Amino acid sequence: MLRILGKIQRLGIVTEPLPKLHEPALTEIGEQLKALIGEQFSGSLAIREVDAGSCNGCELEIQALNNPYYSIERFGVHFVASPRHADMLLVTGPVSRHMEEALRRTYAATPDPKLVIAVGACGANGGEFGASYASCGAVANVIPVDAIIRGCPPTPLDLLRSILEAIGKRSTANPSNKR
Amino acid sequence: MRPQGQLAAFSRHLTDVGLYVEAQASPGLAPTQLILVQAVDWSRLGIAARAWGCRWVAGWGEDMGETIRVNTCFEKAGAYLVARTAVPRAKPVLWSHIDSYPGADRPERHIRDMLGVVFSGHPDKRRWTRHQAWKDSEFPLRRDFPAAGRPQAQTPADHQYNFLLAQGSGVYEIPVGPVHAGIIEPGHFRFQAVGETVLRLEERLGYTHKGIEKIAEGRDADGLARLAGRVSGDSTVAHAWAACMAMEKAAGLEVPPRAIWLRALMCERERVANHVGDIGAMLNDIAFAFGFYQFARLREEWQRVSRAAFGHRFMMDCIVPGGVAVNLDQHFIAAMRDEARTLRKQIGKLMAIINDLPSVADRVRGTGILKPEYAQALGCMGYVGRASGMNFDVRRDAPYSPYDKLTVKVPQHHYGDVNARARTRLEEITASFDLIEGLLVGLPAGPIRVTWKPPVAGTEGLGLIEGWRGEILSFVRFDADGRIARFFPRDPSWTTWPALELLIHDNIVPDFPVCNKSVNGSYSGHDL
Ligand code: SF4
Repeated sequence: MLRILGKIQRLGIVTEPLPKLHEPALTEIGEQLKALIGEQFSGSLAIREVDAGSCNGCELEIQALNNPYYSIERFGVHFVASPRHADMLLVTGPVSRHMEEALRRTYAATPDPKLVIAVGACGANGGEFGASYASCGAVANVIPVDAIIRGCPPTPLDLLRSILEAIGKRSTANPSNKR
Repeated sequence: MRPQGQLAAFSRHLTDVGLYVEAQASPGLAPTQLILVQAVDWSRLGIAARAWGCRWVAGWGEDMGETIRVNTCFEKAGAYLVARTAVPRAKPVLWSHIDSYPGADRPERHIRDMLGVVFSGHPDKRRWTRHQAWKDSEFPLRRDFPAAGRPQAQTPADHQYNFLLAQGSGVYEIPVGPVHAGIIEPGHFRFQAVGETVLRLEERLGYTHKGIEKIAEGRDADGLARLAGRVSGDSTVAHAWAACMAMEKAAGLEVPPRAIWLRALMCERERVANHVGDIGAMLNDIAFAFGFYQFARLREEWQRVSRAAFGHRFMMDCIVPGGVAVNLDQHFIAAMRDEARTLRKQIGKLMAIINDLPSVADRVRGTGILKPEYAQALGCMGYVGRASGMNFDVRRDAPYSPYDKLTVKVPQHHYGDVNARARTRLEEITASFDLIEGLLVGLPAGPIRVTWKPPVAGTEGLGLIEGWRGEILSFVRFDADGRIARFFPRDPSWTTWPALELLIHDNIVPDFPVCNKSVNGSYSGHDL
């Protein structure tokens, strides 16, 4: 136990302030959004991730949001196990026809108001897989989508920024959105 | 006897036992040998191969117009052999290999769903890859089936699949998925349990079926490399390499040495990244958060260097037909050697802490045992096989360049539990560090890509690569104008998914996540 504590102490905190990719600086966006999440989602935004047919590359980068460098939880954002607990769906992959109904049901199970973000080139437009006998292509072909995060896969920073922006947009579009 | 000699003797043996065997030259498959066998002899081929001690590697089919061609690949002591037969399209019936090779079960069901070949003697008549996206009378890999298909407005759920039922007092069923609790891929698990103990697990996969084999048709070489790099995102390097190797062998294209060495460097980096990340994830599944965050941190640092050096965190699309797309800047040679040394030290320190914790040992020792005889019967590849006594690694046993010039250490364990799989993976990380060192020191100078020259129609090629999950087989056949006629990638997950059903038996339900993670099959790589 002492060695665990020793390691933790020696290492310190590796979580990074967000780099300035866009103006205003992301740290500021982060701070504003933390406030927004505080106000609108009682301090915690719950995301249900749905792999609707991805190649699993997008999943790896979404998982990375939980690593100590990105630490998405510091903004009050966390991933939950059930759509019934979720405020937001993060959907990856071209939607395979075999996942189509599961995605619809997951969407239906998520309480309103809900945000849906399509992730990756595949989520945006089917990517390398397109639409076929096996794939419906874009997430928007199956359920309503509020925002898109492009990239193959999008980097954790892209994900972080876009998730925060999507919440920001939702609150400007709909200032009365309160839980 | 040289490895190829073994299988040459095997094909003579087949003739001796009365099979009509015709050896055929196929330069794109070499050193793998190709034999043509009559359809009536298919069952005896399986029996003879089993008796000869061959491993069943993969099976795939192809619509040739009047006939449907079926291939099976065998391996013994590092020598590969493809046996090929044809059945009439009008009556495509072939005897199953399942009696000799249980591992042929799902691949044969896949061929049936995709091409309509009926495997007689196969005890499981249920669909496998097909859910409800196409009818049971339609076969997507037949030439007359359009890639766009004839989809319904909404594809219904596949809720009428007949899972095996267990009955008795106190037996209950737990359905899990396809949408799982974590940030992972979709699939369905059906548990039958008594109390906390798992009596039986049945997997239902195919949810991420994206029609990869079909949409490969008609692509050019670059397009196929991109698609291959997305068969399973976590193995993008290995799959892209296997597909490019197959295409380059078909085209008789010599890839510059520097490109080959850079491919291996990327492949070893991919192996380290996934092993490091998964060890963290396994620790997470036994609720040891400290270990999870430490290994997640190390993985992140490793991937950042991959991005700095090759421009992509997973090195996606870096392997292209004829070479690699990005060169390695000279200063990374020293930087990556340092990086590997530092990571080796860091992992050593962490493992010293983790190995000391009885609460970790308690969860991983004796959990999820895959008996060596099961691993053998299923032909399990990669760390899953090697933690259960299998002793095979393509890099060492059927070496391809540049591994023929390097020493590949292959760890082997016998106990087959979660602990053995974790140990195997830790030792593979160390072995990869040695390889990375060797690759960086010996990295040849010169060009990194040659111009792609499409081969003539009908040429085929076979790529065999040791990815981080194990042996990847990639088959390619070209059509006219350098277009792809057939692409079949066999991810090692095909060999380890059935193993999960066996190793979970008699374990408690709460240990399923760590058992599953210790195997970590790719859903996408399997479902295609
Ligand atoms: S966007 Fe790229 S990484 Fe994500 S699922 Fe599609 S192919 Fe895979």
